[in-house]
Amino acid sequence: MSGTTSRETSPETSRGARRQLTARQRENRAGLAYLSPTLVVVLVVVVLPILWTVMLAFQRIRLINLRRAGVFGEYTLANLETVLTSPGFWSSLWTTLVYTVGSTVGSIVLGLVAALALRGRFRGRTLVRASVLLPYVAPVVAVAFVWNVLLSPQFGLVNDWGVRFLDWDRPIAFLSQSEYALLTVIAFETWRYFPFAFLFLLARLQAVPADLEEAARVDGAAPTQIFRHILLPQLGAVIALLSVLRFIMTFNKFDDVYLLTGGGSGTEVVSVRVYEFLTARFDIGAAAAQALVLAAGLVVLLAIYLRFLAPKVDPREEE
Amino acid sequence: MDRASIETRAIRVLRPIVITVLAVITLFPFLYMLMLSVRPIEDLLQNPGRLWIDPSEWTLRTYREVLDPAEDGGQGFLRFLTNSAIVSVAATAFTLLVSIPGAYAVARLRFFGRRQVHFLFLAVYLFPSILLAIPLFVLFTRLGLRGSLAGLTLVYIAQTVPVSIYMLRNYLTTIPESLEEAAAVDGYSRLQTLRKVVLPLAAPAVMANALYVFMIAWNEFLFALLFLVEDRADWTVSLGLAQLSGGIEVSKTVLMAGSVVLTLPIVILFFAAERLLTEGLTAGADKG
Repeated sequence: MSGTTSRETSPETSRGARRQLTARQRENRAGLAYLSPTLVVVLVVVVLPILWTVMLAFQRIRLINLRRAGVFGEYTLANLETVLTSPGFWSSLWTTLVYTVGSTVGSIVLGLVAALALRGRFRGRTLVRASVLLPYVAPVVAVAFVWNVLLSPQFGLVNDWGVRFLDWDRPIAFLSQSEYALLTVIAFETWRYFPFAFLFLLARLQAVPADLEEAARVDGAAPTQIFRHILLPQLGAVIALLSVLRFIMTFNKFDDVYLLTGGGSGTEVVSVRVYEFLTARFDIGAAAAQALVLAAGLVVLLAIYLRFLAPKVDPREEE
Repeated sequence: MDRASIETRAIRVLRPIVITVLAVITLFPFLYMLMLSVRPIEDLLQNPGRLWIDPSEWTLRTYREVLDPAEDGGQGFLRFLTNSAIVSVAATAFTLLVSIPGAYAVARLRFFGRRQVHFLFLAVYLFPSILLAIPLFVLFTRLGLRGSLAGLTLVYIAQTVPVSIYMLRNYLTTIPESLEEAAAVDGYSRLQTLRKVVLPLAAPAVMANALYVFMIAWNEFLFALLFLVEDRADWTVSLGLAQLSGGIEVSKTVLMAGSVVLTLPIVILFFAAERLLTEGLTAGADKG
């Protein structure tokens, strides 16, 4: 944009400069103009709120004295202290991590199994491939309630069958007994998001040249060997990408845990805690500080991943 | 027998089993939801393990309770359906309006900061939506936008524009540039080119995108919960259903009828446009 102003300030060179720069400059302007609605929306509803959260996190603000809140409030570390010393903080961070890793690994593994199984031809393939995506596209509130009903100790199908056919001593309260609740939530998350992994892995699998596999088969390679030495290396990049995407999204997830357990029975992930601070205690400052801790945790984990664990990809090869 | 043929045989047996299991675990919960929604509650309490009841016993009382307006003793889901439809359609329309030119710019035009745009979009996902929820809660409270469908729509637009741009960009880059050059030679302006040449070619991607945004907006729960919970007249279906489960006197079968009402539009849309959607979502992913 600096070119625009300099042109206007120096009329002497303007005519020559215009002829030289026009195409390039017009493209530059058009680009920014076309993108500006996006930038405005993202700036107003995403970037500014994030910056504001940072400020809120360091001010004593409750819903009652909200009117006073401004840029020039009193800054304090009290919120951070409240959050870090409040009971259950570290355990909720740990729960979040277990939940995230479990769900990420679960959904990618199940997605991989699904992609391999549904790759070849069989009767009804189109229908099965489509139905496998249902958990992913269906509204979270509805599927959470179906799971709730299915697993209910009083009238749940699972418990009824478990007692009748599997010789369980008594019905299991999957969502309110602390030894099962977290596992159940992870299972739910795996179920809901494996279609996402499935889609990406299937798309990648279909791009693997068929003659590569065919040649290996002719050479007498076993299916597991073909998977290990031919398919897996091809899938590596997609799996790495999926891991990061799923990790970020699950780490920040609120709906699923909130709807299934309300954060009880050892499933209190950090985002649910933020919600509690916000709506039960009306403590906006503490909620912001807690949310900030969550974001910071994610950034640290991602930095570790990118620094030490991520497969090295040459950025030039990506395009 | 060697390893290869043993494994091949094992897979021949295992694969149909895996396929069946996958189909069952994904389809069954939805069929069960449908079945429960028409079952009399007494029957469910007496016999929770029963999968199928005779069509003559089916009841539509549950649906009447869910859909009837609150004045008539129902739960008023028709109202919620209207709200959800308004918000989702508006969010879809505005998101496309904003993201089509944006995607075109990122795909085609060289401008200052083009490479940095991605980081901005990444930020949207890196920060938990609950983090955005706090300042937006405060801001909307002040502006009086909290409790309005317009405010909620605005949040949905911001949440979906980055994905939308990403998906459209992937598609737009596959359209040959020579077509646009030809249009330019014919004297089309850039905007005319976008409207008359690029957009018709990108129609499938735009459609897929529209459906995707619609689904996100329709399914969203957290922001609806935070912004709209105070006034029942504003509730979306997701929120209405979640609030319904808190009610003590509401039976599970009614809850399932509500779930069907919430899910059905999405499932219909999905099966109508499944190919379009799956290809749109993973466009570019197979390039590795």
